[in-house]
Amino acid sequence: MKKHIIGAAVALGTLISTVSMSFAEELLVPHLTYRVGPFAANGTMGANAITDYFTMLNERDGGIGGLKVNPEECETGYNAQKGVECYESYRGKNPLMHIPNSTGITLQLLQKAPEDEVPIFTMGYGLSAAAKGETFPWAFNYPASYWSQMTSILSYIDSETGLKGKKIAFLYLDGGYGREPLPLLDKLEPKMGFETVRIPVAFADSQNQGSQWLTIRKEKPDWVIMWGWGVMNITAVKEAAKTRFPLDRFIGNWWSGGHVDVEALGMKAKGYKASNFTPAGRDFPVVQDVIKHVVSKGLTKTEPDMPGKVLYNRSLFMAVVMAEAIIEAQKLTGKANVTGADVRKGFEMIKLDEARLKELGFEGFTPVIGSCADHEGQGSIFVQQWNGKDWEKITDFIPPMTDIVQPLLTEAADTYKSDKPGWKTQNCS
Amino acid sequence: MFYKETGQFKSRYKDELAAFPLFEDKIGIGILCVLTFLVIPMFGLPGLNYEFAMGAIMIPCMVFIIMTLGLNILLGFAGQISLGTGAFSGVGAYAFYKFITIFPDINIIIALVLSGLVSAVVGVIFGLPSLKIKGFYLIVATLAAQFFLTWAFIRVAWLYNYNASGAIEGPNKEMFGIIMIGPQSAGMTRYYFVLVTLIVLTWLASNVIRGRIGRSWMMIRDMDIAAELIGIRPLVAKLSAFAFSSFYIGIAGALMVFFWLGAAEAESFDINHSFLYLFMVIIGGLGSITGSYMGAIFVWVVPVLIKEIGKSVFGFDAFVMENFSTILLGAMIIIILILEPHGLARLWQITKQKLRLWPFPY
Amino acid sequence: MEILHMIFIAPFLDMVALPDLFFQGLWDGFVGGTLYALLALGFVLIFKASGVFNFSQPILMVLAALALVSFYEMGINPWISVALVLLLMYALAYGVERVILRNLVNQDGNILFMSTIGLTFVIIGAAQWIFGGVPRSMIHAELGFPVGSSEWPMFGGAVYFEHIDISAVVLASSLIAILAVFFSKTKIGRGLRAVADDHQAALSVGISLNQIWVIVWFVAGIVALVGGLFWGARSDVSFALQIIGLKALPVLIIGGFTSVPGAIIGGLIIGLGEKIFEIYWGPMMGGSVEGWFAYVIALVFLLFKPQGLFGEKIIERV
Repeated sequence: MKKHIIGAAVALGTLISTVSMSFAEELLVPHLTYRVGPFAANGTMGANAITDYFTMLNERDGGIGGLKVNPEECETGYNAQKGVECYESYRGKNPLMHIPNSTGITLQLLQKAPEDEVPIFTMGYGLSAAAKGETFPWAFNYPASYWSQMTSILSYIDSETGLKGKKIAFLYLDGGYGREPLPLLDKLEPKMGFETVRIPVAFADSQNQGSQWLTIRKEKPDWVIMWGWGVMNITAVKEAAKTRFPLDRFIGNWWSGGHVDVEALGMKAKGYKASNFTPAGRDFPVVQDVIKHVVSKGLTKTEPDMPGKVLYNRSLFMAVVMAEAIIEAQKLTGKANVTGADVRKGFEMIKLDEARLKELGFEGFTPVIGSCADHEGQGSIFVQQWNGKDWEKITDFIPPMTDIVQPLLTEAADTYKSDKPGWKTQNCS
Repeated sequence: MFYKETGQFKSRYKDELAAFPLFEDKIGIGILCVLTFLVIPMFGLPGLNYEFAMGAIMIPCMVFIIMTLGLNILLGFAGQISLGTGAFSGVGAYAFYKFITIFPDINIIIALVLSGLVSAVVGVIFGLPSLKIKGFYLIVATLAAQFFLTWAFIRVAWLYNYNASGAIEGPNKEMFGIIMIGPQSAGMTRYYFVLVTLIVLTWLASNVIRGRIGRSWMMIRDMDIAAELIGIRPLVAKLSAFAFSSFYIGIAGALMVFFWLGAAEAESFDINHSFLYLFMVIIGGLGSITGSYMGAIFVWVVPVLIKEIGKSVFGFDAFVMENFSTILLGAMIIIILILEPHGLARLWQITKQKLRLWPFPY
Repeated sequence: MEILHMIFIAPFLDMVALPDLFFQGLWDGFVGGTLYALLALGFVLIFKASGVFNFSQPILMVLAALALVSFYEMGINPWISVALVLLLMYALAYGVERVILRNLVNQDGNILFMSTIGLTFVIIGAAQWIFGGVPRSMIHAELGFPVGSSEWPMFGGAVYFEHIDISAVVLASSLIAILAVFFSKTKIGRGLRAVADDHQAALSVGISLNQIWVIVWFVAGIVALVGGLFWGARSDVSFALQIIGLKALPVLIIGGFTSVPGAIIGGLIIGLGEKIFEIYWGPMMGGSVEGWFAYVIALVFLLFKPQGLFGEKIIERV
């Protein structure tokens, strides 16, 4: 018994000493991961990619501005409660930003971040209205909000078959993420003259979508747009094939267009489309660098065939935007050891235009150009199609319908702050 | 030696029935009070970052203790099993949200009590089948509550005021000139509020359980037919257990969202949380208030510690530690059910017994 | 008036307007129902033999399916993988008997039930640790099950039959039939029923409780494997299947806890009911009603006919 007590005491002692260790000279970039839970497949790949990129920077350039980056992970299991716990655990350690990696967690952190002065960066997810930098000084959702993406997809549909008088089924994961575009659709339907049928898929039914697809058969929509994630995607594509829905009229958002969503189906998924802003492929110089400096040296848990897949490249891109914000912050302050508040300014000054992207080895990715007022960058997307073996880019960049989305975002941002007395805004003019 | 009752004579029944009849207990409680009211809010927990200690350990622990108390009333004292705890806590949280948004000037305490009452009503409705059935049959009834209510939290947009995110978020709200909830509230304020709520609710629970209603619950639990024969009305006893339990759980749910998380989606009330609360009750000890404390703290803190130790000492990654704590929790349940069905509370009693004799066992 | 029309008339008009869709719904519901019935049978077996309400049945299904796929991915022949999974299920049954059941003999039903929740979490953690949490495709094609689909034109449309669904129905129904025979005709089956009736009396006539328990848990493991195989083929193998497996509980309530025909009828009622309800009434309620439909039906049964359709009349009721 005594032994056990001593053992526990020793363990606790080490724990305490490590926890209370003051932060060394390094750049702490925590990111919340989900290596367990229902979305673990995607989460693991994303987490590895972010870590890999920073490891690569450490190996190749010695970090950022001479300081090593510590991309520390905290496991959430895609659970909002655990996400908050993770967030709390970084208090006082000078985290430069938070990467919630879940729309649900983002919603919880949005309110906390301004008080703690740590920016929240949600690439391709999170609250759409956070695009409005004046209302949400501490949140960024480069390169485009869900709403912008939706209008890009709609303009793609418009260019293919015309939009007016068409019936569109919107198949979405029933949660904060999937419901994000609903208010936008409410507004757009009368304005653009199409009709939507909304079909939620409860998380528990992700793998059991028989009824949803029967509903689609009943409604006979011209197009199906999907906001899915994880195993819901592959099930939906499978069911679509089963119900003989033409797959080239079935278009997923950027979280529904990974390799993992269609690879197992192979030719059966041929024709399925998805939007994207981070092209797949291993030929990008940056992917090669990661393979050279990290993967082949065995410094990572990434499996060798992962780099180049859609979601892996997306997380690399996420990491490069994060790194870029730190670089801008260092430029701005003139010191290497920046703080969360500095990085926030860095995010606003981000200028990842085509030239800079090429320099970094990301040619062909969506440019990200931020400003004080615009925290989404209004980036364009392209549409890709599964050819049975790989994703093929089939369109050029399609810009969002800025004139429609921006006023709606402003409206949503105003509604958000209206019931929050004392909400901190900033003035950009 | 350290814990002896000899020499402490009671000359009135009232003294015998006091909450803490022993002098040693009073000292212990006194120390606890000093710790929780003064030491922890001032210094936090040893070795841990102050905000982390408050936000990720102290406040959630206290919230979960209230949750566990509520479930223990139903499961431990009244013997009715429930897997709908998560959903009932959601009812409390959504009710609280509606109250403070419909009536912006409402006092937080009143809103809290009201949301507890709403949760109690819902609990009674789903508890109705318990009048006809028990045991496993009731599990399915409470599962119905669990799945139906979480569905409603998503589908009924009125519950979250039709906002785009579908989440309920705590606005900044004052009481007596201090911001109590919302992002601008200080961790310490919320800590004190939850602490006081916890003490009040514990006091209430311990007295209700010792009183007429509590005894009727235990009689129903131990043998319903005999209880009925000596004049306990099962209808009143069972439904009051459901009401009381859901009242506590509802309040805990509201506290969880508005005094701890700050915002929540329907997933914060899903079935996995129901299991978590059930584990807290089982590990702490069925039918014990002390056990509720121990169970909640144990189930919440141990995985956090395991993760930290695993990460910093052994360098295991999150994947391994997460699975390890899931296995550990499941195994704990089995071991406790086999070896000590009364959980940690019983172990505490045994310790007290030992302390009474130590160091001169006879 | 409009609401009444929406609830009581419009759905039926829809059914008549598109009969092919209605039949498709019925077929899909039928397949689901058969699989629910099979899983419910797993519950019934264990409940009858040991009085344990086995909450871990759904996770057994996930474990079996996951193990099958993982063994195959290690490069093992698919049929040998099946054999290995069966071995694993047997080992698990043996372990459960040794570690849990033996130590909890004669305990209150609630305690036994909660111990199976504990077991569920042990399995979740262990399975995730060993096999990973990544959703994977079932290997039914490798096992030689047909994968195509056929169309059956009717009423201007067509009903699609997935061949794997047909094999699911055939295999699940024959397994149900085999189990029913096993249960009523064989020596072990009789012993099993004797144990269910009275532990001590069964012991006194020389039936080994422990052996019977290992057998029923093993049979439940086989049921889990077959269920996991076909649910895995219909969607994919992942931990989300657990929630689907849980639906066997309302099936039991409706069918009656201890009855084999009850499990079958209950499964079909739930399977067909939830599909039809979701398609025709779901949209007006905002969709995704499948998640709770089964439970609410069960709740109604509990209130008005607690013993279920075929259950023994003397259930534990107050």
